[in-house]
Amino acid sequence: MLADKDRIFTNLYGFQDWGLKAAQARGDWDKTKDLIAKGQDAIIEEIKSSGLRGRGGAGFPTGLKWSFMPKESADGRPSFLVINADESEPGSCKDREIIRHDPHKLIEGALVAGFAMRARAAYIYIRGEYIREAEVLQKAIDEANAAGLIGKNASGSGYDFDVFMHRGAGAYICGEETAMIESLEGKKGQPRLKPPFPAGAGLYGCPTTVNNVESIAVVPTILRRGASWFAGFGNEGNHGTKLFQISGHVEKPCVVEEEMSIPFRELIEKHCGGITGGWDNLLAVIPGGSSVPLVPAKDIIDAPMDFDGLKAVGSGLGTAAVIVMDKSTDIVRAISRISYFYKHESCGQCTPCREGTGWMWRMMERLRTGDATIEEIDMLQQVTKQVEGHTICALGDAAAWPIQGLIRHFRPELERRIEEHNAKFAEAAE
Amino acid sequence: MPKVTVDGQELDVPDGATVLQACELAGKEIPRFCYHERLSIAGNCRMCLVEVKPGPPKPQASCALPATEGQEIRTDSEMVKTAREGVMEFLLINHPLDCPICDQGGECDLQDQSVAYGRGATRYTANKRAVTEKYMGPLIKTVMTRCIHCTRCVRFSEEIAGVDEIGALYRGEDMQITTYLEQAAQHELSANVIDLCPVGALTSRPYAFEARPWELKKTLSIDVSDAMGANIRLDSRGREVMRALPRINDDVNEEWLSDKGRYQVDGLTKRRLDKVFMRKRGKLTEASWDEAFKAIAKAKPGKKIAAVAGDMVDCETMFAAKSLLGAMGSKLLEGRQTGMDYDVSNLAAVNFNTTFAGIERADAILIVGSHVRWEAALLNARIRKAVKNGAQVFVVGPEWETTYPATFLGEDLSVVSKLPKAAADAFKGAERPAMIMGGAALAKGALAGGLAFASKYKLVKKDWNGFNVLHFSAARMGGLMLGYAQKNGMADIAKAKPKVVLSLGADEMDFEPFADALKVYIGHHGDKGAHAADIILPAASYAEKDGTYVNSEGRVQFAEKAVFAPGDAREDWTILRALADALGVEVGFDTFDQLQSAMIKAVPALGEEGLANYGDLPKADSKAKAEGVIDAYPIKDFYLTNPIARASAVMQQCSAELLHGEEMREAAE
Repeated sequence: MLADKDRIFTNLYGFQDWGLKAAQARGDWDKTKDLIAKGQDAIIEEIKSSGLRGRGGAGFPTGLKWSFMPKESADGRPSFLVINADESEPGSCKDREIIRHDPHKLIEGALVAGFAMRARAAYIYIRGEYIREAEVLQKAIDEANAAGLIGKNASGSGYDFDVFMHRGAGAYICGEETAMIESLEGKKGQPRLKPPFPAGAGLYGCPTTVNNVESIAVVPTILRRGASWFAGFGNEGNHGTKLFQISGHVEKPCVVEEEMSIPFRELIEKHCGGITGGWDNLLAVIPGGSSVPLVPAKDIIDAPMDFDGLKAVGSGLGTAAVIVMDKSTDIVRAISRISYFYKHESCGQCTPCREGTGWMWRMMERLRTGDATIEEIDMLQQVTKQVEGHTICALGDAAAWPIQGLIRHFRPELERRIEEHNAKFAEAAE
Repeated sequence: MPKVTVDGQELDVPDGATVLQACELAGKEIPRFCYHERLSIAGNCRMCLVEVKPGPPKPQASCALPATEGQEIRTDSEMVKTAREGVMEFLLINHPLDCPICDQGGECDLQDQSVAYGRGATRYTANKRAVTEKYMGPLIKTVMTRCIHCTRCVRFSEEIAGVDEIGALYRGEDMQITTYLEQAAQHELSANVIDLCPVGALTSRPYAFEARPWELKKTLSIDVSDAMGANIRLDSRGREVMRALPRINDDVNEEWLSDKGRYQVDGLTKRRLDKVFMRKRGKLTEASWDEAFKAIAKAKPGKKIAAVAGDMVDCETMFAAKSLLGAMGSKLLEGRQTGMDYDVSNLAAVNFNTTFAGIERADAILIVGSHVRWEAALLNARIRKAVKNGAQVFVVGPEWETTYPATFLGEDLSVVSKLPKAAADAFKGAERPAMIMGGAALAKGALAGGLAFASKYKLVKKDWNGFNVLHFSAARMGGLMLGYAQKNGMADIAKAKPKVVLSLGADEMDFEPFADALKVYIGHHGDKGAHAADIILPAASYAEKDGTYVNSEGRVQFAEKAVFAPGDAREDWTILRALADALGVEVGFDTFDQLQSAMIKAVPALGEEGLANYGDLPKADSKAKAEGVIDAYPIKDFYLTNPIARASAVMQQCSAELLHGEEMREAAE
């Protein structure tokens, strides 16, 4: 279990004030100038060796991502850092806690990360529904500006860096990095084709890196305590601490900072007071937010909660939004509801996702009641395969995976419903 | 030049090519809906998926993927086949299978590609999506339930036309393509989205349920609604031209056509002159050809015979009339009906020298007295391209709505000789400066001033001639090449007091000065010219005769006959040939071929398709100054500029609804 001294987010629960003074007392903005003085390449190297992987879901090494940014502007275009605070993945609620209780960690991280990637400014794109959080964040930015921590000659480092907050309007797809860039530019939030990648041509055609809130907020602490400290947690390739967000059928749902690779059972036992009705009552877990496939109880219990460990059980860490479902759950209905979510949030730009998400949801609704034939399960599986990997962005994959997980692990349940339903109607027909 | 392998076949592709282009170079057909050569890449239909190594283990959208060295592309693998089947199935689940009642049937990309790449039967049993009807104006018929959201129409409006009119509402499967507040699309190129639409969502409203593509005879022709000489294809059934479609010609119209060129064709069957008429006791009454010819012969014109060419006649007609007048000993030829008298001693000075394609490369453009959007809508799209490439545009003349950023320098022509500083700097610094003089400037005698401007700002350089005159009559350049110009224009014709005036479809001229003359109208529509005529000899329109046309850039092009002229109407040259007999003179041709060879012998440039060479610009008189105020442009109504368009119900509706809709709505209140 992570010791209190090793926690990065020391005000995660809001027991203290979020304001600048309190944040400084917790160690934020402490000699930020010195962090910057390390130099851009040194910071990127430090982050690379810390093993930090992107906390937004895909788990791409953060330091490596930063190193794609141009070292100097060839044509006078500035670079930008965009911070993804459009936390809309069902199950995820970590960025919200950071923003409302520890916003200065994020702002300081924005400065240091922005400096490292030679960005002129950072845009924090915050989810539209986060109204109070946006208020807090804006106040925090104003505080930092007033204190000279950001803006001209930020923190006395001689580097000019602005931080802006932009509020979204509630579309899930705007959490996709290129759709977020489109939305920031004032256009309809639809993902762009890649290549060109944002590091080449992103916001307003300038080199841009899009990072998750948590990825940015942990940066100053990593630099202060050293890469080896951060790399000391977790299994090989999955280092550091992570905010886990456990919801669903546990005794005490919570957001908690834990060591990477902590076994699922330990995570639940230590922080959530166990599964409702005991471990035998556990049905399945969606370990990384709604877009990853579910994992049945027997596979998840001893799995390490990290990128590679969950990949091994056919799922993924995603945002570490752990959705626990006990045996009272109508699992088909749960997945069907997730399908509806993706149908509703598909941007409609490319064909497989636009047409496929609706089809999959309608199929799921029929499977929920059993009003289908056994062959249609295979057909649904094929349809998910026709969507997966054929779309511009990953929303198509995200819509397909939960259904694939359901069919993989709960096919008997689907068949049972179909047989029951059809038997009932066969009786009535006689 | 990266080297790639397509299905095992190695080939070099040009730098910057996409994988889709590489596949096409290798002769592989890649199905596509959203991709279009002249539009930006959207990559959203996902139909063009291919397998590419190295790369992620999933199919890639070939339209958006750059071809790079050493790529191994497969278009025939199992993965590609399944991917295409999958995407096609998705496209079809919400597409109504109403092909039998869809106008796109037979020329539908979705139909063709589903036959080639589809699965055969659907597995989708739920209800299909339906979308409410959208209104896009009198030209575009919408059945948005058929839309497959390829966004070609959106990109066309935004990128080519420069009018943000079409866009997408809502998201996911509820996404709908529509115009803003369902207003009619209001620009001169709007109907091109019909050609772009790969399905039957946007179809032609006037042509709705008229014909099937396989019943139509296709004839290569040239558009005569303006002086662009857009290459078109006339689709006809029986004796009726059903529709006009653009042909691809990168030098002229790319693959677009103005709404007028496309939709005036229904005017070809309305208000036609299909019988000979003579004015008897002040009233036009039916007569026979014999009677008419005798009456003309009776006037005994001798040398006192004049010919005025209309805006849409072909060179052969003009040459036949010229030969007839020549045989009579007259040189009273004029084509500039409205009385313009600019100097035509050097045709380079009245030509669009930069060429339409060349204007895209200009970096500073001065437009003097031309409402380019209405006078040459397709050229306007080219200027927009130039602006996108960084050109600055300045306009002298009353303001009009440009589709690109442009600075209006006022209506006073004197500004041409003393440009404001910003404009002067732009032209001094420009590598390829250009100027376009329109009819409104020529009418004010600004041509010499324009030439002075051209020499002052060095518009002519090595490999660059930036001096342009933009005409808007399809017959103008051909007429000038054939000598249809008097020193003082129409005034000279009037001064000569001809006994007989042959009006070759001339409807814009003033007949007042010719009150004492016998006015013979040889034309195809009962318009202004026919009303003023004493004798009407029914002739053929551009669709009903072979003919040579020269566009504003001096490009000689040949149009073929699509249908027969109605009733007693004859091809113009045969009328003039018969008239020669009646007048007792020899013109030296008995067949169209003889006529054409005589014409080519007289003006060799008309025998070669392509740009005519008019030589260098004349030396400019540096003291010449453009003067006067342009108070209006010659075209008052884009949709009603010629007798065919004025007879067309569609053009009338467009004019009423799109140009005067506001007034009508007000009057209705």
